[in-house]
Amino acid sequence: MSSNQKTTLWFGLVAMLLITIGFTQSWSVSLGIMNLCLISAIMALGVNIQWGYAGLINVGVMGFSALGGMTAVLVSQQPVAEAWQAGWGKLLLAALFFAATVTLSVLCYRKIVAGKQRNIMMTAIIIIGLSLTRYFLDPATTAIESVDPASTGYLGGMNLPIITSWIIGGFVAAGVAWLVGKVALGLRADYLAIATLGISEIILAVMKNEDWLTRGVKNVTGLPRPVPYEIDLQSSDWFIQLIQWWHSGFLNSLNTLDKQVALKQFVIEGSSILVKLCYAGLFTTVLIIILILSVKALNSPWGRMMRAIRDNEIAAGAMGKDVTARHLQVFVLGSAVIGIAGAMLITLDGQFTPTSFRPIRYTFLIWVMVIVGGSGNNMGTVLGSFLIWIAWIEAEPVGVWLMQISTSGMADSNMLKLHLVENAQHMRLFFMGFVLLLVMRFSPGGILPEVIRKR
Amino acid sequence: MDVLIDLANAIVLLLNFVLVPGLAYGSQLALGALGITLVFGILRFANFAHGDTMAFGTMITILMTWWLQSKGVSFGPLPTALLALPVGILVTVLMLVFTDRMVYRHYRHKKAVPVILMIASMGVMFMMNGIIRFVIGPNDQRFSDGERFIMRARDFKDWTGLSEGLTIKTSQGLTIVIAIALVAALFWFLQKTRTGKAMRAYSDNEDLALLSGVNPERVVLITWILAGTLATIAGTLYGLDKSFKPFTYLSMLLPMFAAAIVGGVGNPIGAIVGGYIIAFSEVTITYAYKKVFIYLLPSGIEPDGLLQLLSTDYKFAVSFIILVLVLLVKPTGILKGKVI
Repeated sequence: MSSNQKTTLWFGLVAMLLITIGFTQSWSVSLGIMNLCLISAIMALGVNIQWGYAGLINVGVMGFSALGGMTAVLVSQQPVAEAWQAGWGKLLLAALFFAATVTLSVLCYRKIVAGKQRNIMMTAIIIIGLSLTRYFLDPATTAIESVDPASTGYLGGMNLPIITSWIIGGFVAAGVAWLVGKVALGLRADYLAIATLGISEIILAVMKNEDWLTRGVKNVTGLPRPVPYEIDLQSSDWFIQLIQWWHSGFLNSLNTLDKQVALKQFVIEGSSILVKLCYAGLFTTVLIIILILSVKALNSPWGRMMRAIRDNEIAAGAMGKDVTARHLQVFVLGSAVIGIAGAMLITLDGQFTPTSFRPIRYTFLIWVMVIVGGSGNNMGTVLGSFLIWIAWIEAEPVGVWLMQISTSGMADSNMLKLHLVENAQHMRLFFMGFVLLLVMRFSPGGILPEVIRKR
Repeated sequence: MDVLIDLANAIVLLLNFVLVPGLAYGSQLALGALGITLVFGILRFANFAHGDTMAFGTMITILMTWWLQSKGVSFGPLPTALLALPVGILVTVLMLVFTDRMVYRHYRHKKAVPVILMIASMGVMFMMNGIIRFVIGPNDQRFSDGERFIMRARDFKDWTGLSEGLTIKTSQGLTIVIAIALVAALFWFLQKTRTGKAMRAYSDNEDLALLSGVNPERVVLITWILAGTLATIAGTLYGLDKSFKPFTYLSMLLPMFAAAIVGGVGNPIGAIVGGYIIAFSEVTITYAYKKVFIYLLPSGIEPDGLLQLLSTDYKFAVSFIILVLVLLVKPTGILKGKVI
């Protein structure tokens, strides 16, 4: 079986799964799962660019997607004029002092010969600089956070359409990735993993605590949507007529009173499905664009160079490739893709809650998708994201159902049965780990392994 | 005389809120980091499943403790969990050895690169996490019993006449004592016994050790036994001190990694030093010094802020910042570890 046939077959299976969910549960659930599959696929493509192309291990996916999500807030919300008035002067000063501290310490590190003198100077610059920054920052943040804390208490955003945040979010994540990469990419693989994991936790800690920027754990809700609202659809005539036409066969068989009730139900269901379809259309467009670009990049001379660096850094370096610069480049690119996915995720959710970012869900699960799907193969990564996300969501009802069947012999008040049924949902973690280990052991390249073209 | 009393009060305040909690937390981190460092030194990969190994061991200990408590067994003033520990250790070690047979051995024999083993350990982490949540649930569990305090704040105040109290919980005292005993035993084992020497030789230079007739499978087995023992004890002590929640143990993973790397990975002394460095920086950087300065400064000049370097929510971030700094400036750690 050629690799193309295999890809088609597997994607056919995914489609079948989604359709089955549509028929057995509901189309709304099925589309909801598909939307998150699409977003996960973009995140996983970002990881694949870093790990599959270049062998860089980034366990900070959570941090970069949260950065994208934060951008969605900062782009789409109304600016809070009062808060800006209250704090902009001191905030600017604090930013200036912080920038000066960083510049001076980098200069000091570069220009002065290593030794005691440099260490003392660096320490002095950092302590004085940070104290001055804090001196201006603290009153500024207090002032900003005290502006109507129940509803705002932060600077607000730029009042742009939220869809622009998908691009800006990519740039923000890329900027932070550049800084992180400058600092951490020199490290060996497992140190890099631990460092990125730590950095993503730092990013999240900042988002949870800097209320003036993100409202912190008070969350930002009610983000504007790029697609219509269900409520508006339900009251617009064209939509009701559309639904009437769609279900006309069934509706005409009913009498007038039943018809009204049934139509109302159909309109409510239909509006939720249409909204999800709109999102699915947007997400699919982004996924296809990124996928095409990724495939093109992988098959270009640049992609060959990346794989050469991945497979043998020393040889590639000897051939004149700038390994450090290429690593930084690919790290920034991959993180940008993750940032785009993060902004899309928050757009879909309509709210930004920093506490919802957990490493298991946003870092390790994405890694499972990449490894299971096939690292180095873009289609494989997308396939892995769909399969794993469907399994992750469906493991819960299926697990509970299985547990209920297997304990059906026990009395309903049996403590053991109650415990087993209640906790069955956690077995999905077990299942994910099991699948990961199985694939790693028996099919190390993933379901769709990397295709190596020989010329 | 007033100056002296103020000074004493300030010292007691620091003892109570910085030294004692720092020592206890540092000991727990050090025991955890020792397990990570041993696995890193012998098996040569960063074990992401270590936090969940700790949680697993603690869970078995808790289940055993509950069983003992239901039978009416108690350990006098000490927590019953100590009686349950051997069972917890045994089950955890068996589980680790089983994991090694099923997962890691394959990659070891294939001489896979460390990163592959590390990703495999992520899979193990998922599985263990699932088992733990399935068996005991994701919520907080309390299992401490016996005498809660060695020293109560009120007794201390009555005894010394100072206005600041000093509290030492039994769990804190136990943690420090057990950590010292365990570390002493571990070092005796590594330095003096034949097996310990074989382990160190294997860690230093695998090929040379193999040539000298060291049995690699045996070294690996002993490593898992030690890692499991340390993890279970560290986890149980942490659970007694704070409370048991599976998610907390997962987030302990990073401070433990930080401790192992800051001290120099693969170096047991480094893990201990690293554990205390991480713990004390977390505590000292997020402690609000306002009260201390009120005692120390002459009355009239009172600081207006909390005098806190970073807010408490940044507690975990502190360890990562130190980690990143050490990785940048001295990747081998403070005490020279290895870079494999």
